Amino acid sequence: MFYRENGQFKTNYKADQQIFAITQDRWAVLALIAFAFIGVPMMVDEYLFRAILIPFLILALAAVGLNILVGYCGQLSLGSGAFMAIGAYGAYNFIMRIEGMPLILALLLGGVCATIAGIVFGIPSLRVRGLYLAVATLAAQFFWDWAFLRIGWFTIYTPSGSVAVSNLQVFGWTINSPVEKYWFCLGFLTVFALLAKNLVRSAIGRNWMAIRDMDVAAAVIGIQPLYAKLSAFAVSSFIIGVAGGLWGFVHLGGWEPAAFDIQRSFQLLFMVIIGGMGSIMGSMFGAAFIVALPIFLNQALPVVGSWVGVTISTAGIAHAEFMIFGALIVWFLIVEPHGLARLWSIGKQKMRIWPFPH
Amino acid sequence: MAFFLETLLGGLMAGMLYSLVALGFVLIFKASGVFNFAQGAMVLFAALAMARFSEWLPQWLGFDNLLLANVLAFLIAGILMFGIAWLVERLVLRHLVNQDGATLLMATLGITYFIDGLGQSLFGSDIYQINIGMPKEPVFLLDSVFEGGLMVNLEDVYAAIIAASLVILLTIFFNKTITGRALRAVADDHQAAQSVGIPLNHIWVVVWCVAGLVALVAGMIWGSKMGVQFSLSTVALRALPVIILGGLTSVPGAIIGGLIIGVGEKLSEVFLGGYVGGGIEIWFAYMLALVVLMFRPQGLFGEKIIDRV
Repeated sequence: MFYRENGQFKTNYKADQQIFAITQDRWAVLALIAFAFIGVPMMVDEYLFRAILIPFLILALAAVGLNILVGYCGQLSLGSGAFMAIGAYGAYNFIMRIEGMPLILALLLGGVCATIAGIVFGIPSLRVRGLYLAVATLAAQFFWDWAFLRIGWFTIYTPSGSVAVSNLQVFGWTINSPVEKYWFCLGFLTVFALLAKNLVRSAIGRNWMAIRDMDVAAAVIGIQPLYAKLSAFAVSSFIIGVAGGLWGFVHLGGWEPAAFDIQRSFQLLFMVIIGGMGSIMGSMFGAAFIVALPIFLNQALPVVGSWVGVTISTAGIAHAEFMIFGALIVWFLIVEPHGLARLWSIGKQKMRIWPFPH
Repeated sequence: MAFFLETLLGGLMAGMLYSLVALGFVLIFKASGVFNFAQGAMVLFAALAMARFSEWLPQWLGFDNLLLANVLAFLIAGILMFGIAWLVERLVLRHLVNQDGATLLMATLGITYFIDGLGQSLFGSDIYQINIGMPKEPVFLLDSVFEGGLMVNLEDVYAAIIAASLVILLTIFFNKTITGRALRAVADDHQAAQSVGIPLNHIWVVVWCVAGLVALVAGMIWGSKMGVQFSLSTVALRALPVIILGGLTSVPGAIIGGLIIGVGEKLSEVFLGGYVGGGIEIWFAYMLALVVLMFRPQGLFGEKIIDRV
């Protein structure tokens, strides 16, 4: 009833090509962004920012990046943790080695470092695909894990690669409190998500999707696999690298290579698959799900245990968390293999034809 | 020279163990097209079960015989692995038929978390020992050829013998028995196999059981070498380069790939590692596999990938 595009006639190309072509969508997105910037900081407390919202924003950004590679271009990657690490350590190097380096520029340059590494480690994708490629990208993961631990130059010779940054400043504005960190990350996520949304419906995004659907057929109709695949690797690792920089600088403050280990790669891939491959919105749903679930389980399990009269030890809770997390993932993949984004689009379709069933 | 040969032998022994884990991957991938990330968790679970039951059984039943305890623990662990195989097929795979590779991969990752959690909450999360009576002391070979001889770990030799005999058994099973042939038929073409009356679900249970058994043997050997602990499940990550090097669909590939990776790792660590700060063996294996993939995208022994539009 409310969500219908009847009567919204496009009279020029500009109106026809805008990101959100339906007026209701446009207003909903604007309202959502406004709510996230203004409404949320008024309602939640510090713990929620630290534990859920800031990790969610940064990992959602990384998931958007990975979704470009996995969901739009169809190249399975398990090396995203490494690209986050490159982004973080790259930005660290720029900020420490160059006097007066602005924070945002350093983060973006960290992303550029990740881009270069992403292109290099994307070269195997020209020869192999699918699961072989997934294993090949693990090479990036293990190589960079090792490099940041053992090669002193990358970490400016700090022992065991643990580094710390302090006094984050943007144009004289010091990012200190959780709310400021939240705003900073939210700004990045908004800009990059809109850019990504725009990119995937442009010519290059269509090339990626053609490669994903059938790369031989795409090559036959004149799409260069070399250019399309490597550009997907480049864009994806740039966004992941920036997310890595934010993770290190804003969320952790100080970190070591283990913060970006292979579990991080798995986590990001979970977000993409659970959120829905080939959907920017889905990446955010996936990130919210994966970030919130362990925290929810951690809080809920002792309560449930006390209801049935069992006190669970800390180790027991950790193990039960593992089991429930694994079981939920499997259950979720079985009931909705196309991810949360699919539920979202079904919901939209239902709203559009409401109150009729078909 | 003697040092080089020692390193080489050590690499071959380690490679044999890698191939054991890799074999589990290949079996499942061949038969069901599932890239089973949970193989490492299965190794850990099997090793934990084995270690704990061989410790518990003598206490519960009041006997004091190492061999009997080990045999019983092995049987119980085997039954547990069969149970897991059956449950995985029943509860997961059956519902995910025809999904694409990435979804299945993620599902096996979910299974990994589940089995890791289950194993540790059932059997505890400390470091345990498996004592299957393997000799620990080294022997020296070829004294007459080299000064001081070649130092060889007897334990490694036994492990290699066990691994080799398991491989031979599996080869016989695949080539000579009816079930084995049915497995190969399913691996070749699901639909064709189904149309000649091979029950797919049944075959999947069998193949996961076999993979569970392989995991049990691998867990037993690794466990008795290094102790049973959580890090055992990362053995799967060490075995991944082996299978892409050898080819995802080839049993001999898993074995030869394992040997190549094992030798490559040890030689690189000993002869190159010193120059770059050590610890390179884990990524060196991946790089080696990557280089091979650039020239042979299907791995050394994999079936040729044919693209049709």
